[in-house]
Amino acid sequence: MRIGLFTAQKADSFVHRLSGITKLICFLVLTGAVMFSYDIRVIICVMVFSFIVLKISKITFSQIKLMLIYVVIFLAVNAMLTFFFAPGYGTEIYGTRHVFLKLFGNYDVTSETLFFIVTKFMKYASVIPLGMIFLLTTDPSELASSLNAIGVHYKAAFAFALTLRYFPDIQRDYKDISQAQQARGLEMSNKAKFWDRFKRALSIILPLILSTLDRIETITNAMDLRGFGKFKKRTWYRRRKLTKEDIFALLISLVILTATIIISVFINHSRFYNPFI
Amino acid sequence: MDKKPIIVFRDFSFQYFSQSQPTLHDINLEIYQGEKIMIAGPSGSGKSTLGHCLNGLIPFSYKGEIKGSLKINDIESSEQNIFKLSKSIGTVLQDADGQFIGLSVGEDIAFSMENDCVALPEMKKRVDEVAKMVDMDRWLSSSPYELSGGQKQRTELAGVMIDDVDILLFDEPLANLDPATGKQAIEIIHDIHEESDKTIIIIEHRLEDVLHRRVDRIIVLDEGRIIADIDSHSLVSSDILIKTGIREPLYITALKYAGIDINKRLKPGYISTLTINEKTKKKVQTWYKSIKKQEHAKSNTLILEMKGISFSYVKDKEVLHDIGFEITEGEMLSLIGRNGAGKSTIAKLLCGFEKEGKGKIYYLSDDIADKSIKERAERIGFVMQNPNQMLSQPMIYDEVALGLKLRQVSEEEIKIRVKKVLDICGLAPFTNWPVSALSYGQKKRVTIASILVLDPKVLILDEPTAGQDYRHYTEIMEFLLKINKTGVTVILITHDMHLMLEYTPRSIVLTDGNLISDTLASVVLTSPDIIDAANLKETSLYQLAQMTGIEDETSFVQCFIDYERQVKAK
Repeated sequence: MRIGLFTAQKADSFVHRLSGITKLICFLVLTGAVMFSYDIRVIICVMVFSFIVLKISKITFSQIKLMLIYVVIFLAVNAMLTFFFAPGYGTEIYGTRHVFLKLFGNYDVTSETLFFIVTKFMKYASVIPLGMIFLLTTDPSELASSLNAIGVHYKAAFAFALTLRYFPDIQRDYKDISQAQQARGLEMSNKAKFWDRFKRALSIILPLILSTLDRIETITNAMDLRGFGKFKKRTWYRRRKLTKEDIFALLISLVILTATIIISVFINHSRFYNPFI
Repeated sequence: MDKKPIIVFRDFSFQYFSQSQPTLHDINLEIYQGEKIMIAGPSGSGKSTLGHCLNGLIPFSYKGEIKGSLKINDIESSEQNIFKLSKSIGTVLQDADGQFIGLSVGEDIAFSMENDCVALPEMKKRVDEVAKMVDMDRWLSSSPYELSGGQKQRTELAGVMIDDVDILLFDEPLANLDPATGKQAIEIIHDIHEESDKTIIIIEHRLEDVLHRRVDRIIVLDEGRIIADIDSHSLVSSDILIKTGIREPLYITALKYAGIDINKRLKPGYISTLTINEKTKKKVQTWYKSIKKQEHAKSNTLILEMKGISFSYVKDKEVLHDIGFEITEGEMLSLIGRNGAGKSTIAKLLCGFEKEGKGKIYYLSDDIADKSIKERAERIGFVMQNPNQMLSQPMIYDEVALGLKLRQVSEEEIKIRVKKVLDICGLAPFTNWPVSALSYGQKKRVTIASILVLDPKVLILDEPTAGQDYRHYTEIMEFLLKINKTGVTVILITHDMHLMLEYTPRSIVLTDGNLISDTLASVVLTSPDIIDAANLKETSLYQLAQMTGIEDETSFVQCFIDYERQVKAK
């Protein structure tokens, strides 16, 4: 059976051994660093770093292939839109104008805008592997306990974790229901007309919702009966004590963030790195 | 009794706000500390509602009007909340799968302590202790997907016992378990009762299975009232079971057929206490010899044939190995085995939902490898276990007509065929009803009708009677028998031993993807090896045969089946 898109994988690696809180904080800190800086040198460093971590955490290419495809498409569209809406944005930022390629009207491709777009592309491209690492190496319960640790209410955190927890079950239900409906004669090919496809989707989703509601009622009762929501706080069985490894990981992230800020403040004197002056 | 009552109902009644009639009437009941009580009754008798009142789901989750008083540990329950109640009553719900909250065994056991804000070191220690009590300590980091039904249930039990509750409430603990696991569950409950002074309440309708071990009292509910508060010997000697539609133990039925007067002196409440004297022995033997064996007329037309079928979902992990069997037209047979043995996979291959790796499937001696799901459905129909997963239309007529509409059958023909099927299924009066207004059993019929309308020659049903009480079970099965008599071949995927015994002369047994036996149901249920491999248990008829000195137990079971068919046919 196909493994869910965001299902955490069991494996043993340095990254898997880290506590969920560590991973969440590292993810937020590194994302902060990359979002803050528009210095492509820093960004490339972080990107290289995140791919190394991806390798360490034993995530295979096939696991993230689908996600990667979506991300690349999204980023490409994003880059194009940036160019079409503001072809002169690079000049505004960097103060110079080197025309690289002449197009129609004022749609000249300038080196500055191109540079800006590439920088932005790199920014996302370096954060996304980090996100994938976080999702794929942290199981839902740990995720919930980490979210709770950084201030999210435990009910919200738990609801989020339960959704991920039931994702494979609902996926299986969906498969069963869709097979049964195909046997009834539902055409699953994409040749059908829009209205037929809409009706088709409805005849799978209705039973899916009904059986999911049954599930929800059972789990709610089970949780009520075992005291969920009794106090304003709760403890977490899966919360791990921070180890040396955790401190190490946190330190590295902090070093990267500090370095980014220092480079911006003392070397670039701005969030942007300007190679054009 | 010198012990003090721990639960006291006084003139208690309850009515759901959504119902026009009270579900429980005038309940007066005392349960003493350390007692082991069974609450029995058919579906809709109010036994689950009674359980909800005890554990606080009523009125916490299900709203309604309460009259009278219910005291637990001398405190009026309406003055408590569900959280306080959960510290004195622990509930194990019937669906162990659905109530598995955590992602691992340890986490699930700890759930209640997490909510109590217990510090981590203490929590871990206590989880280890309780896990040991139910023999799950080696599985603490396993996820629910890696566990068997019985292991899940034991995890639930540990999750409840972690609070050191006084009362353990089991709401239909046997509903989703195979016979062998169900038997173990009853033994575990018994052991806990022996080793502690906990009060045990078991809500069930499967009397014989619960009576595998001693219970102190049985409370029988019918239509919201307590109609008996009785010990097991008196209960099986009375006519209460027949009147309420609870299935009586099979050995009792057999003894009655043999003309033996069941009374308390025989100690008939448990098969282990049943006393059989020479006179009884003689009577049973005479009856056994008098039964005319039924000849099963068999058609010669092969309708389905599987030859050398192997299949795997994931590479190198075969779930079916070299399966081969033949089914003749008009048969009614059962496909049995533990969870994960490959029963459902066979059904999926037959319907074309999955594609066989190796081997061939023949339908009326045609290879059907190139037939699509849609085309196969006109020959082999599949009915899922949960009707809610199949019903997609709001109205019954539309639901049944759907398969024909999608096949562009003309409007007039649809009308004729739907009417015919609804007549067969006894649903004609409901033609224009909304599906949501139907009971579970009626919904089941609608799903069967919606498959039958395509006129398949073979019908496969996945656990058609799961979770049904005796009356509904009989209703569904007699209905399927009727369908079978019209010439449709019926294949039942099941755990239910009664079903095998009473309705399917032939059983195919699978274990770990291997076909280990293909023979008479009476042989399967009296062969220790097969029973063990398929997680079944011995029928009490087998034990009765031994107790009455009948050497050929298999033949005795077969005679019982034949006799019962003849009685029912009259």
